[in-house]
Amino acid sequence: MATPTAIWIWAEQRNGHFMDVSLEVLGAAQELADTVNGTTAAVVIGDQVADLAKELVAYGADIVYAVSHPDLALYQSGAYPRILAELIEDHGPEIVLMGSTSIGMEVAPAVAARLKTGLTAHCCELELKEKEGRPKLIADVPGWGGGIRVQIVCNTSPQMVTVGLGVTDKPQRRSRAEGTIVNVPVTLSESDLACRTVFMEETPPEGIPVEQAETVLVAGAGMKAAGGVEPLKDLAGLMGAAVGGTRPVVDQGWIPQSGLIGASGKSIGPKLLITVGTSGANHYVSGITKAEKVLAINKDPNAAIFNICDMGIVADLTEVLPLLQEELTKQK
Amino acid sequence: MTLNIVVCIKQVINPDYFEGLTLDPETGSIIRDNVPSILNPVDENALEEALRVKDGFEDTTITAISMGPPQAEEILQWALALGSDQAVLLCDRAFAGADSLATAFTLAEAIRKLGTVDLILCGNEAADGATQQVGPQIAELLGIPHATYVTSMHLDNDGSVAIRRSIEYGHLQMTCRTPMLVGVLGEINEPRQVTADGLISAMDKEIITWDAGGLGVNAEQVGLKASPTWVEGSYEKRIVRASLMLEGTPAEMVRAAVLTLRNEGLL
Ligand SMILES: Cc1cc2nc3c(=O)[nH]c(=O)nc-3n(C[C@H](O)[C@H](O)[C@H](O)COP(=O)(O)OP(=O)(O)OC[C@H]3O[C@@H](n4cnc5c(N)ncnc54)[C@H](O)[C@@H]3O)c2cc1C
Ligand SMILES: Nc1ncnc2c1ncn2[C@@H]1O[C@H](COP(=O)(O)O)[C@@H](O)[C@H]1O
Repeated sequence: MATPTAIWIWAEQRNGHFMDVSLEVLGAAQELADTVNGTTAAVVIGDQVADLAKELVAYGADIVYAVSHPDLALYQSGAYPRILAELIEDHGPEIVLMGSTSIGMEVAPAVAARLKTGLTAHCCELELKEKEGRPKLIADVPGWGGGIRVQIVCNTSPQMVTVGLGVTDKPQRRSRAEGTIVNVPVTLSESDLACRTVFMEETPPEGIPVEQAETVLVAGAGMKAAGGVEPLKDLAGLMGAAVGGTRPVVDQGWIPQSGLIGASGKSIGPKLLITVGTSGANHYVSGITKAEKVLAINKDPNAAIFNICDMGIVADLTEVLPLLQEELTKQK
Repeated sequence: MTLNIVVCIKQVINPDYFEGLTLDPETGSIIRDNVPSILNPVDENALEEALRVKDGFEDTTITAISMGPPQAEEILQWALALGSDQAVLLCDRAFAGADSLATAFTLAEAIRKLGTVDLILCGNEAADGATQQVGPQIAELLGIPHATYVTSMHLDNDGSVAIRRSIEYGHLQMTCRTPMLVGVLGEINEPRQVTADGLISAMDKEIITWDAGGLGVNAEQVGLKASPTWVEGSYEKRIVRASLMLEGTPAEMVRAAVLTLRNEGLL
């Protein structure tokens, strides 16, 4: 019998904590593995990662490759990809998934280039199919408008993809999980650390992160008419909501990168999402499909956002936002 | 200290035209006919960063390089007018349909052919694909270190580079050495404007064009043929929601919306 298909992930840790998207990606790996009777493995790189490795077993990884070294405590843009690429080369997994954090988006292409293999970014759905005796990963990404999804495949091994936060679900943590931890010895060379991270500062997020909030207000480019996103922030304060933004608003610097909603940002599923001055572009919409209720405000009655909302208000946002504020304060 | 800087710049479709673009069913690449193009926004910041290094180190040569159709000459002209010393256009039908790995390979080969390089500057991402892959891949193919998401960099006389890199909710401080590749975010600087003098001096500078032969690669190594990823198909994802359009004056619509949401326990 052929060896079962191995599906790998890189579990990114910072300061001894996993990035949420890394665990979500482990969940995706398990789902894919289930469809082909395959196995999952996770790689963790850091310093003193024994507990983190156990954590990955608890989250269901069949094998955990643990790479530990004092100089690897912080992300190193040379060493991390080099180590990952060598492990992948040694063991030959068919699929490698990574979360699209700002660091994952540097590690994944670096690994793919070392392995001369294909990498697909911003996947919003994954499927594994047997084709010509080979498991083939079909990665769906948003196309250009009209709800089009484009299916990307890769004809080299491993087949690699990056997945954004919120696209897949975090697996259940099991108290009695069986997985093997393999400690991988590592020696670092000078070139591994030619570009060396010497310090990491983590600042706690301002307000509720968009992925955790029950109500999210999304600012679109239409907010330019209001001179910025302040009116939405005020409203959010009133409602206990988080504020996110579309690409143009984030590029403008009005909303931090961590608030970007969509294919290259986060996918969110709040109970209520109010999307203000957004046209309903495909790459944005793919990030709000899980929202339970969507209220859209746009002055253009033909805006695509009205096709995918639950309730729509066609009006100028500069008029609607003060009214909304008034109504919310009044009836409270 | 003499410095050779390469800046990778790309012409992209104006993001205002993204929706409604279509893909060529054969190659899976975007049909660009009649769609206006611009210089990829953050590539402007990459270029600016190179110019700032040159402001500090006189003996610096900046080479702007782009892989694209003949039309991409426009952005190279502009890079020359801003103060780049030379420009290279990588243009060949064989390069078309390249995914990020094939793009990075072609750019890396061109950089190799240019000779010694101390610093490669890229934008963090191209607006049209937003993959963020080409920069780190060029660096890995050339075997030099890389840093992306860079919000500030400082190059010293001894070739050391102090870098600040953005991460979710924070940043990293890095110490690096040339040669290296840096991928910049828009917030790294405020790009300067083209001057009349710049436009005049650009007229004396030539744009070198290399096709596959000129680059010394064969057609199998580049473009669609050398791209491990490709488009297999597409489908329409239908999202079904009520799409209830409220009616009346803005005040009435807002009241109705708030009432509904309150009744549903959402407010
Ligand atoms: C590979 C790739 C990945 C991408 N990833 C993302 C992503 O993750 N997230 C993302 O958001 N985008 C992403 N984009 C960009 C995306 O394609 C769109 O360009 C973007 O979502 C548009 O944002 P918008 O709706 O805010 O702006 P626009 O499309 O400019 O729409 C603005 C809307 O505001 C309305 N408006 C203007 N003034 C008023 C007013 N006074 N009152 C009411 N309404 C008004 C207009 O009618 C218009 O509909 C990506 C693109 C690519 C190519
Ligand atoms: N065809 C190209 N020619 C020159 N530079 C490119 C090209 N494609 C990508 N780049 C560079 O790589 C960066 C990241 O692009 P991407 O990986 O496509 O998001 C861009 O900002 C450019 O600096």
